[in-house]
Amino acid sequence: MTAQTGKTVLEVRGLSVAFPGRKGETTAISNVSFDLNLGQTTCFVGESGSGKSVTARAVLNIVEPAVIKAGAINLVDVEAGQRIELSGLNPDGAEIRAVRGARIAMIFQEPMSSLSPVHTIGEQIIEGIMLHQDVDTATARDRAIKALRAVQIKNPEDAIDRYPFEYSGGMRQRAMIAMALGCEPDILIADEPTTALDVTTQAEILKLLKGLQESHGMAVMFITHDMGVVAEIADQVVVMLHGSVVETGAVDQVFHAPVHAYTKKLLKASMGLDEAAHGRGAASSDEILIETHNLSLAFPSKKKLLRKPGSGVQALDEVSVELRRGEILGIVGESGSGKTTLARVLMGRFQPQFGEAIYHTRDGVAKDLNDPATFRDGQVYREMRMIFQDPYGSLNPRMTVQQIIGEPLLVNGLLKGAALRDRVGELLERVGLPASAMERYPHAFSGGQRQRIGIARAIALDPRVIIADEATSALDGSIRAQILDLLLDLRSELDLSILFIAHDIGVVRYFCDRVAVMHKGRVVETGTAVQICDAPQDPYTQRLISAVPIPDPRKRHLVA
Amino acid sequence: MTLTTPANSPDARIGQVRDTPELAVGEIDPRIDLTHGTESQWQLIRRRFSKHRLAVVSLWILSLFVFVAIFAGFVAPNDPGNVKARYTYAPPQALHFIDKTDEGWAFRPHVYGYTVEIEPEALRRTFVIDEDKKIYLTFFKRSWEYKLFGLIPTDIHLIGPERSRDPFYLFGADRLGRDMFSRLVYGTQISLSVGLVGVIMSLVLGVIIGGAAGYFGGWFDAVTQRAIEFLRSLPTIPLWMGLAAAMPSDWSPLQTYFAITLILSFLGWTELARVVRGRFLALNGEDYVAAARYDGCSHLRVIVRHMVPAFTSHIITAASLAVPAMILAETALSFLGLGLQAPVISWGVLLQEAQNIRTLATAPWLLLPGAAIVIAVLAMNFIGDGLRDAADPYAK
Repeated sequence: MTAQTGKTVLEVRGLSVAFPGRKGETTAISNVSFDLNLGQTTCFVGESGSGKSVTARAVLNIVEPAVIKAGAINLVDVEAGQRIELSGLNPDGAEIRAVRGARIAMIFQEPMSSLSPVHTIGEQIIEGIMLHQDVDTATARDRAIKALRAVQIKNPEDAIDRYPFEYSGGMRQRAMIAMALGCEPDILIADEPTTALDVTTQAEILKLLKGLQESHGMAVMFITHDMGVVAEIADQVVVMLHGSVVETGAVDQVFHAPVHAYTKKLLKASMGLDEAAHGRGAASSDEILIETHNLSLAFPSKKKLLRKPGSGVQALDEVSVELRRGEILGIVGESGSGKTTLARVLMGRFQPQFGEAIYHTRDGVAKDLNDPATFRDGQVYREMRMIFQDPYGSLNPRMTVQQIIGEPLLVNGLLKGAALRDRVGELLERVGLPASAMERYPHAFSGGQRQRIGIARAIALDPRVIIADEATSALDGSIRAQILDLLLDLRSELDLSILFIAHDIGVVRYFCDRVAVMHKGRVVETGTAVQICDAPQDPYTQRLISAVPIPDPRKRHLVA
Repeated sequence: MTLTTPANSPDARIGQVRDTPELAVGEIDPRIDLTHGTESQWQLIRRRFSKHRLAVVSLWILSLFVFVAIFAGFVAPNDPGNVKARYTYAPPQALHFIDKTDEGWAFRPHVYGYTVEIEPEALRRTFVIDEDKKIYLTFFKRSWEYKLFGLIPTDIHLIGPERSRDPFYLFGADRLGRDMFSRLVYGTQISLSVGLVGVIMSLVLGVIIGGAAGYFGGWFDAVTQRAIEFLRSLPTIPLWMGLAAAMPSDWSPLQTYFAITLILSFLGWTELARVVRGRFLALNGEDYVAAARYDGCSHLRVIVRHMVPAFTSHIITAASLAVPAMILAETALSFLGLGLQAPVISWGVLLQEAQNIRTLATAPWLLLPGAAIVIAVLAMNFIGDGLRDAADPYAK
């Protein structure tokens, strides 16, 4: 920590940004005011579209095609006691470019797309250093290696000459941070830097950022929608809603004495490990609907001319799970753990090399899911339905809602004409949408509403099993809670069993009865949701659980 | 998180509904706006297309060309094959609408006649517009006979001189005193239809081959892809020349015409097959196509109901960009004397007349078919651009 800690380095007052349009302007943010202090982290929290990213961009004066309508952004040079007003500068001028990267640096959400794929990591860091500092190439390279070492990349002398595709997601984000810190900025803006990362990687990056902030004494403007992350790292919190700041305060005060109703709702929606499970304790029956035994599936590496076939990727490694009637089974794991592959095997998209997967139909017949012929008569697809992750890609944009929901009823020859229409109306109302919405196309609905349409399509055939592949991970917190509650409701009403694939432990604890944890294609641990979350046995599960941020600043455990 | 949608984006205009966090389970959201979101794909495409000014203007221009092509006999005032040695290389006449006589002003379209002067040394005839000789024009004039749509015999024309013997050369006359305007009108008919028929034939080949390659993949895909790469690696002009030279010289103009379009589409389908295959591959990975399979749809229904509507607009775009290429190819072949032959009239055949530099010096209006080609090709390319931007109204 430096002596400057706590001094205000950026003052934003009454900032408004608007998008010019033919029919007048659309306000992105209005009258936003806040301070950033050296050595402190200010978290900006809010749901998609609340104006967090626009605020961050406005600080750097890169809001095009929008324009800064009003307000002042004062950048204070604490040592020299000078201040620069940024909002009035020419967005392409030399003055603002001298600030960007040198005094205010930014890191982005997508570590894939924010690094140039055709330059080595080193070239990209060195470019930033040489732009703003008067040094020769050799010195710049030394500084770049130092920066890479600071972000804990192993063998920085070697890693500096590698290309971004040779880095993992977490390493790329570290490289981005190294690049941002190359010029020792006073302010670091981090726009959802951990959202695209797995939870264990997220924990590492948060820890790294906190450590770097302490050693450099810089102010961090951290944008996130995850209240757990806020609780872990924030000193100050700014809550945004529809382009305005609704609450500002110290982290402890915001979490334990929230003033604004929206803040309270955000906190309530951030279901974490602490939150009680949904507590139905429903004694699920012993009737088994889906069982798999030692499923193994390897994707061979592509056969190349004149090259021996390699070992390939073991997507599933002796996976044995069972879904009982009436229960919600969570499959949890990080990206690449094989959980989506498992769902696809059950839906007949992939055929595993070893093991068996059996579905017991309503009339008690055991169907082999490994045999593509099983799916031909459509019975399995009538009883086993799927909800997809992406609410935008899973509904055909060229069909009306009525056609989308009615499709399974129609092609299975169950209903048509007015009866089909009535049934679709019923289904829509069941998922909380007005029946009159059936005339419309999917583009008229928001993400949460689309996911409801997807659910209506899934329950249209009166199924027994629903496979939900990350069905809520594309949704904001409070919408996610609504969708989960809707599914819980439907479960008890329609006697559904749900196979719920997720990477979010908080959701799993709230929603699932039993959980199977997957890691590198293997199921490492199975147990009740409470058991897995509170007393994990397997070392990987323990690591996974301890990496989950807890939405309570008094229980910090990741960066402490 | 993305930036807030600006007001002029299509998303904002179709009334985006915000998620409503306060809603309790089982309750229906009363705030869902039911006045928007009922536009179908084609309505969205039309709206996007209409924002592309240049494309809309081009569409009007192309419509005019198509009208001229369909009603060629009606639009043409003179028989395009009618030789009048008296008017060899007669210059274009200006069209006047207001007739100023001693009695005052009147709306009466007319052109001025020619006086022929013979230069004594060069023995060259020069035409001088004679303002005293007024040739009055009438609408819906009955003169030479033609068949409308190739079926209905009639002799009504949009406009013509009151006395059929009088010269009427809006775009001048050629070497044999034939009316360039009428010939251009008939050339439009042939050139546009070659482009269109050629593209339709390419389209049929391309959609079937590309669609099968994209949907079923495997060895069929591999074989067609290599075949396409081979065809595309052939230098086109020598290939066309070879194929055109192989055509028997005793074929009728109609047979040559179809042979030429076949030759052109023989190479043209490769591009369209690639587009279709690519769309199939992309759509196969879409969640909503997987959802349709899980809904119990058959292969045919998945293709027809869920995949084809998603790429018809792309196919139309690719086709509209392929038409001008076809037209240019036909023009090039005919210009080289390998494509269509007189008495068939196409823009390329007309341009053959303009090959001689000395003729061009005497009669620059022989280049007008070139202008028609430039305008038509530009218009079609602009329309293709506009369609491409509008083709996928759901792209983010």
